[in-house]
Amino acid sequence: MDVTLSRRRFLKISSAALGWSVAGGTLGKISPRASAANATNGGIETIPTYCDMCFWKCGAIAYKRNGKLWKIEGNPEDPLSRGRLCPRGTGGIGAHYDPDRLRAPLMRKGERGNEQWVQVTWDEALNFIADKMQQIKAEYGPEAVALFSHGIGGTFFKHTIKAYGSPNIAAPSFAQCRGPRDTGFNLTFGEGVSTPERTDIRHARCLTLIGSHLGENMHNTQVQEFSEAIQNGASIIVVDPRYSIAASKAKYYLPIKPGTDMALLLAWMNVIVNEELYDKAYVKKYGFGFEAFRAEIAPYTPEWAYPETTIEPDLIRATAREMAKHKPASLIHPGRHVTWYGDDAQRSRAIALLNALLGSWGRKGGFYSPVSMDVPSYPYPPYPPSEKGKVDNPHEKYPYAHGHGALTTGIRDATITGEPYPVKGWFVYATNLINALPNEKETIEAIQHLDLLVVIDVIPSEIAGWADVILPESVYLERYDELNVEWFRDPFIALRQPVVESPHNQKPNWWIAKKLAEKLGLSEYYPWNHIEEYLDYRLKHAGYSLAEIKKKGIITGAKQPIYFDEGVPDEFYTPSGKIEFYSLQLKEKGFDPVPKYTPPDPPPPGFYRLLYGRAPVHSFGRTQTNPLLADMMDENSVWIHVDIARRYGLKTGDTIRLKNQDGVLSNKVKVLATERIRTDCVYLVHGFGHKNKMLKRAYMKGASDAELITRYKIDPLMGGTGMNVNFVTFEMEA
Amino acid sequence: MARLAMVIDTKKCVGCMDCVVACKTENNVPEHLDRDWLVYETRGKFPTLHMEIRSERCNHCDNPPCVYCCPTGASHVHDFGGVVLVDYDKCIGCKACLASCPYDARFINPNGYAEKCTFCIHRTEKGDDPACVAVCPTHCMYFGDIDDPNSEVSRLLASRNHHALLPAAGTKPQIYYLT
Ligand code: SF4
Repeated sequence: MDVTLSRRRFLKISSAALGWSVAGGTLGKISPRASAANATNGGIETIPTYCDMCFWKCGAIAYKRNGKLWKIEGNPEDPLSRGRLCPRGTGGIGAHYDPDRLRAPLMRKGERGNEQWVQVTWDEALNFIADKMQQIKAEYGPEAVALFSHGIGGTFFKHTIKAYGSPNIAAPSFAQCRGPRDTGFNLTFGEGVSTPERTDIRHARCLTLIGSHLGENMHNTQVQEFSEAIQNGASIIVVDPRYSIAASKAKYYLPIKPGTDMALLLAWMNVIVNEELYDKAYVKKYGFGFEAFRAEIAPYTPEWAYPETTIEPDLIRATAREMAKHKPASLIHPGRHVTWYGDDAQRSRAIALLNALLGSWGRKGGFYSPVSMDVPSYPYPPYPPSEKGKVDNPHEKYPYAHGHGALTTGIRDATITGEPYPVKGWFVYATNLINALPNEKETIEAIQHLDLLVVIDVIPSEIAGWADVILPESVYLERYDELNVEWFRDPFIALRQPVVESPHNQKPNWWIAKKLAEKLGLSEYYPWNHIEEYLDYRLKHAGYSLAEIKKKGIITGAKQPIYFDEGVPDEFYTPSGKIEFYSLQLKEKGFDPVPKYTPPDPPPPGFYRLLYGRAPVHSFGRTQTNPLLADMMDENSVWIHVDIARRYGLKTGDTIRLKNQDGVLSNKVKVLATERIRTDCVYLVHGFGHKNKMLKRAYMKGASDAELITRYKIDPLMGGTGMNVNFVTFEMEA
Repeated sequence: MARLAMVIDTKKCVGCMDCVVACKTENNVPEHLDRDWLVYETRGKFPTLHMEIRSERCNHCDNPPCVYCCPTGASHVHDFGGVVLVDYDKCIGCKACLASCPYDARFINPNGYAEKCTFCIHRTEKGDDPACVAVCPTHCMYFGDIDDPNSEVSRLLASRNHHALLPAAGTKPQIYYLT
């Protein structure tokens, strides 16, 4: 019986004829949704697209009422959102209506960083940029222009910069975010975790989160699956110095001393190996170097880990046994933003090894093997080869630094030193480098060496304040973008298409990148006139068409095997072809073949370790002026344990400033005196404390964790910047 | 007679406020005002804590003081499922209902009338879920007829521990929290 159908029919009749007072039928669960197809109905029009409020790219359906953008819902056909967006996605219409948006191209007048602008035409702006780029190319070569980019919207800028001849393309998502994780997993399994993470949270019988605050961190599919795991009665183990939302769902909460996660991981592995709780058949079949690994971890008993982590040995044993009990559907979540302490690739490798002991890689409830649809890329002419090569990592200083192109911080270093060769132009697309990279002083210093700084964004971020030229981009609801051909548990293609017009003189990224290429004499790299031709070409060569995908926004493919026991080949792309419990390649390069523990530096007296994280209603520093999301949260507070707050005479709502170990003082920020955090650290939600005056709504609201991050520890394997190594004290406001 | 109610699973709720944002866009709720909101209730001493997260709103009480105190009849119980509503044309903005509601569920719209959660009656009359229920990424909210013993809401209430807010107020609230 189809309850949904009968109920709907019943309701239709009863409410039309008699009203609801006589309704006595089944009011069961219903999940009614508008049809995903473009539809007009009583002034209501629906257009499917995919979200850009973060990088997760959920399928969405935008509603217009009488021609005006009204609301956005999830697209039920989309495997990522499954018909439900996260709060940022739901608040996405605020990006279109945001009064603080960039409206027209701006060129700097006066000193760089003075934030004095003249409005110019697109032609003037692009001519200026193209001329500068040609000058840079003539004097220093094309490699002297670098691109920093975040998200799928950067696709065409990458294309233009490659066509121009530069390989220096970087994203903070590697060295300032998930690079260490993918490095650690690669070294172990021969593959990274990627995005969306290949974590089978939905089927996990035991889920362990280490600093990963799902629920505050709203990667939609993961949060949905987290909830499913809770519903299914999975055991949740949460390790966090802060009693996170996830911690409140946990069977076991481990309030770890910050910076000691590696000690806990080693102790867990020690217990699981010593008590012979690991998946023996799996380790025997797939493992390389297990005996050497066993010997290496022998000293790391729970008693050894206790003084480091402050976690009782009994609790370490109980949680190790709990995760082993549910193997292989026992998932130690690899996290995402893992640039914490500078040994992050090795910590991530320890997480990978723990998963390997539990046999979760390739297994249901562990890590599945993602699949994708085959959509051929557009046949462009080959890019000119670079004579000099990338600038960011001379002499392979960081041997595993090849994630998403170049290292952001490596380009910054080269810009400052001119070594191995000068960098004179920066393009910055949709990433606020002032906040995304640690130690903003270095970023500002690097900017002084530039002949050209172009920022392309939807809002005027802090980096835009330093630009020579700011180019205003249309928000996602106003533009086409590259297709999202996702690697996920279900194969699909998603389309982003315009829902409404841009309100001012903003332009889509593809238009800007193409126009710039034309002005650079690179027209042959854009043989299409409009992105619709490009999209249609790609789709036709996959057996579909733009007209077809425009209707539902999504094309899904047939189910494919995603676990070993469904027929996924059990192959590992490591040098040994096996899961590397002991890594010879690390040993050869002078690194620990099995991870080791280094204790964190203690805070100076009177200082507290600064930790930061996410709020569910904001993405990075990009949403604080969105009227809907700012209405949910328009400033952050500093979380301080009640006992510490009391010691300073502070209570919730008091205003203070934070001062870090180098004397950097934050904006004013409110205190949250709470039981929900350890006494040796404080916590800020990232993305607040904006200092660009053009961000009127967010200007000086709350404190920026980023500006207090003046120190960072570089990961010797892959060049990531560990940022949880700063300490703050409190300055009372008179 | 149908009796519409909402059942919210606090074990699944992550307090992300998607329900609040969805309500605001669905119903054009004015800036700085909310028809629904989140409560995070923490008890204990670190690290032995317990937290209950609740998405709260008008309880569509069976015994609604806001209706009894309304001088114009603007606040009323709708025929459909016992939903408590405000007839904006009749409302004079006297705020008696704001004062009478023990849940602080109402506010005065800038246009001068009392406003609050309607259980998205424009959707639910058509058989759709309220916007907050439909959006929730954790699927922690359920909406339906508690007079029907076979409805999902009835089955959840029969099988799980639950509580409602301020039972001592005698209002017979119809938002239930599973614990
Ligand atoms: S997770 Fe949220 S913000 Fe990110 S794409 Fe999905 S709905 Fe949009």
